[in-house]
Amino acid sequence: MVAGLLLGGFYAAVSLGVSLIFGLLDIANIAQPAFVILGSYAAYVMNSSFGLDPILTGLLFTPVFYFLGAVVYRLYYGSFERRGDESLRGLVFFFGVLFIIEVSLSLKYGVDYRLVDAAYIGKSIDLGGVGIAFRLLVPCLVGLAMTLALHLFLSRTFYGRAVMAVSQDRLALRLMGADPVQIKTIAFGVGIAAASLAGALLITIAPVVPSTDRDYIGRMFAITVLGGMGSVAGTLVAAVILGVAESLMATFFGPSWSLAVSFGILLVVLAVRPAGLFGR
Amino acid sequence: MKRSGTWGLLNWALIGATVGALVLASGGVFVARGADPIKIGFGMALTGGLSANGKPALLAVQIWKDDVNKRGGLLGRPVELVYYDDQTNPATVPGIYTKLLDVDKVDLIISGYGTNLIAPLMPIAMERKLTILGMFGLANNEKYRYPNFFQIQPAGPDPQTSTAIGFFELAATQTPRPQTVAIVGADAEYPQNALVGARELIKKFGFKTVYDKTYPPSTVDYTPIVRAIKATNADIVFVASYPPDSVGMLRAAHEVGLQPKIFGGGMVGLQFTSVMTSMGSMLNGVVNYDFWAPEPTMLAFPGIKEFLNEYQARAAKAGVDPLGYYLPPYSYALVQVLGQAVDATKSLDQQKLADYIRATEFNTIVGRVKFGKNGEWAKGRTLMVQYQKVHGTGIEQFRGPGKKVVLYPEELKSGAIIYPYSAAKN
Repeated sequence: MVAGLLLGGFYAAVSLGVSLIFGLLDIANIAQPAFVILGSYAAYVMNSSFGLDPILTGLLFTPVFYFLGAVVYRLYYGSFERRGDESLRGLVFFFGVLFIIEVSLSLKYGVDYRLVDAAYIGKSIDLGGVGIAFRLLVPCLVGLAMTLALHLFLSRTFYGRAVMAVSQDRLALRLMGADPVQIKTIAFGVGIAAASLAGALLITIAPVVPSTDRDYIGRMFAITVLGGMGSVAGTLVAAVILGVAESLMATFFGPSWSLAVSFGILLVVLAVRPAGLFGR
Repeated sequence: MKRSGTWGLLNWALIGATVGALVLASGGVFVARGADPIKIGFGMALTGGLSANGKPALLAVQIWKDDVNKRGGLLGRPVELVYYDDQTNPATVPGIYTKLLDVDKVDLIISGYGTNLIAPLMPIAMERKLTILGMFGLANNEKYRYPNFFQIQPAGPDPQTSTAIGFFELAATQTPRPQTVAIVGADAEYPQNALVGARELIKKFGFKTVYDKTYPPSTVDYTPIVRAIKATNADIVFVASYPPDSVGMLRAAHEVGLQPKIFGGGMVGLQFTSVMTSMGSMLNGVVNYDFWAPEPTMLAFPGIKEFLNEYQARAAKAGVDPLGYYLPPYSYALVQVLGQAVDATKSLDQQKLADYIRATEFNTIVGRVKFGKNGEWAKGRTLMVQYQKVHGTGIEQFRGPGKKVVLYPEELKSGAIIYPYSAAKN
């Protein structure tokens, strides 16, 4: 159970970007996992070259990723969204971005498995007879902090509320004097910035290669849909449900059922609540 | 008549000169044809999941090509490699080899790296009656029994048990003898095969299975699995895993405090330098399969030191495993076999090459190689090594002997096992 909660916190961290970009902005950014892996490689490079803590690197790189996200969105907007071609062609565009990131990482860093070293990796703490690995505890806590930060950004700040508004009615937002493109650029940038930290958390937990992103595409979108499109709290709850389900299945019934049960939960929830747990 | 005779002489001279020129020219053509390269074609995993091994394998083959060309090539002709990225995607393999054979007109083919990439090549090779050298496939020819297939992984005549045989033989000889076994592996082809072999060996050696489960390859957290294994209190824990799971299982074993008497077996990835240098002392005590280790018994093979020096000098630029102890020596040996067969038969005839390879024992940088049933090694030689006295994460310690001690087979043994696992961990 505890392992599942920890895993859920991590899943929430990697899914927040998708929740923001896909859930709120309705942009099918399937390159999000590739940005997460880019974050992992940033953490790896800073860790192996300068001994910098991976999570600190993830935090330090968020402005860089924000800027990168803003540039990618502007490119996407100029090429597809403005012309109303965003559905299928936009999907192809993000596929292209995913492959470009993967191949660039392969060319630059090769295809070896990359890991990081940090004081808390490989150690655990005993809490009431339950051994908790720091390697999972730290990402879980950071994931929770990220969720809280995004929730506060969306509910308490002007730009956050504008993002919520643009997801509901961009014309009304324009009538209020705000530029929807500007707001979406900010939101997309924030979503990609989240990938910087999520990538750092990922490489703390497991080794990565440029193609690791493909393992996470299904999970990230499943969590977003299960939680309810655009709901930050829903993303956290869905991530925890999937994490706990995976862990309980792995412990008591055999790990080979864990993913099947997780996605089974998704199907059942969507059958009962098509908008997801917290969707409107 | 005189005039006529002069003209006749001139005519003869002209004809002679023309014929001579033609002969010379044609000779020139023959010379040029003689210098045409021998093309060896293959697909290779240069991107995708297996590329961490595919790229070092390519570098090893390139080193062989350079070595051969320095010595004058094969049959007096230079060797040229024609290869394409199969993206670790079996669906690309038929297209790649069709192009290699029909468009690039390669003379010889070898397979790409890995079981899944060899499988789609088998029907093509059989249909065209090609001699095919396989690079690390597990039991690819078990069903086809194609006589012109040869495979360089030293699995031996029974590939399914080859990964685990040394592990369980070692376990069975320890005192006190372990009794119970937990086996776990990924839901993927190699781990499944290894687990089938492990079950067979557990029965053979009379151990009792207390845990036998598989997990999806995309599993992120392995602590619940390790906790479940720990609850069974198994003496032996056999793991058949791919690199991310191997790292996950090993870390979880340390975090949860798993203390079996013997741990490891079929964990892919622990052989890779990047993983070894990241896991560091966490590796201590793990008994795992391997194919090569820098131990005195393995360095005795002719040419291996020179190959590794060259490989390691070129590895950084190629962006591949800096030590190259796992697959590269065998990739080089594979093309060594092909080259020796071409040299000996003085032919590129597929059947002649296959007949020669089947009948001959080859001297390679990984030792003497003789193929047997289904094109596998006549006698298996999968090593069982134990990581011992690993300190920190420095790469230099892994260049020399003593860190990956060969325990099995007996003839290549370079040290003694530290038993139980907990004694080597600290």
